[in-house]
Amino acid sequence: MNVKEELDCRGMNCPLPILKTKKAIDHLAQGEVLKVTATDPGSCNDMDAWSRRTGNPIVDKNEGNGEYVFFIKKG
Amino acid sequence: MATQKKLMMIASRGSLDWAYPPFILGSTAAALDMEVSIFFTFYGLTLLLKDLKPKVTPSGNPAMPMKMPFGPKWFQGLNWPMPNMIINNVPFFDSFVTAMMKKTFKNKGVASIPELRDICVEAGVKMIACQMTMDVFGFSKHDFIDGIEFAGAATALEIGSESDMQFFL
Repeated sequence: MNVKEELDCRGMNCPLPILKTKKAIDHLAQGEVLKVTATDPGSCNDMDAWSRRTGNPIVDKNEGNGEYVFFIKKG
Repeated sequence: MATQKKLMMIASRGSLDWAYPPFILGSTAAALDMEVSIFFTFYGLTLLLKDLKPKVTPSGNPAMPMKMPFGPKWFQGLNWPMPNMIINNVPFFDSFVTAMMKKTFKNKGVASIPELRDICVEAGVKMIACQMTMDVFGFSKHDFIDGIEFAGAATALEIGSESDMQFFL
C-alpha cells in the first residue's frame, strides 16, 4: 500500500488519536493513505466511528505488541 | 459522507473534572465533521477565561478514587480513603488533589484542558458566553478569550432547537 503520511499516536489517550487523525487527513488529497499507530485500545472502536461519520474508509488495520495500526484512505 | 449533524452543549460547571466533557466532546464532534456550539453558563463560564485554571475538589465528589499518579503499579492501584475531616480542613487540600489529577491525566496521555480548548477554537467550535452570568460574577469581555460570542437563554434554546443532539453538562 502506498502510504502518503504516517502519524504516531502512541501513548496518547482519548480523544487525541482521533483529533490528530482528523488534522492529518485534512492535509491529504483524495485517495491518499494515512497510516496511524496508536496504543489506546479505545481507539479501535473510535476510529471506526470516526471513519463512518467522515467518510474516510479504513482500508486495513492490524494489531500486535499493544499497538493498533490503521490505514485510512482519504474519501 | 453522512449528512452533517449538529451538536449543542450547555456547559454549566467549571471544575477541572467538568471541564473535560464539553471540550472533549466538542473537539471530537468537530473532528467528526459535526457543527458544534457550546453555551457556557454559571460556573461553566469560567472555562472561557483567558486565565484558565480549573480545580477539582474531593468534598464535592465523594466517589472520586484517591490514587497516586507515581510509583510502581501496585502503589498506583491503591485507594487512599480520605476522611471528610482531612478533605475539608487541611489547607490547600484541593490544590493538592488538583495537582494529582493533572499529573494522572498527563501520565495517561490525556490532553490538558487548555490544549483541548485550543483545538476547539481552531476547529471552529462556536463558543457562547452567558451574558447574564458575566454580569452576575463581575467579569468583563476582555477577561475572556477572543472569538467567542455573548448571548443569553433564547440564543441557547434556538441553537438547541436546530441541533440533532443537546447535552446539558
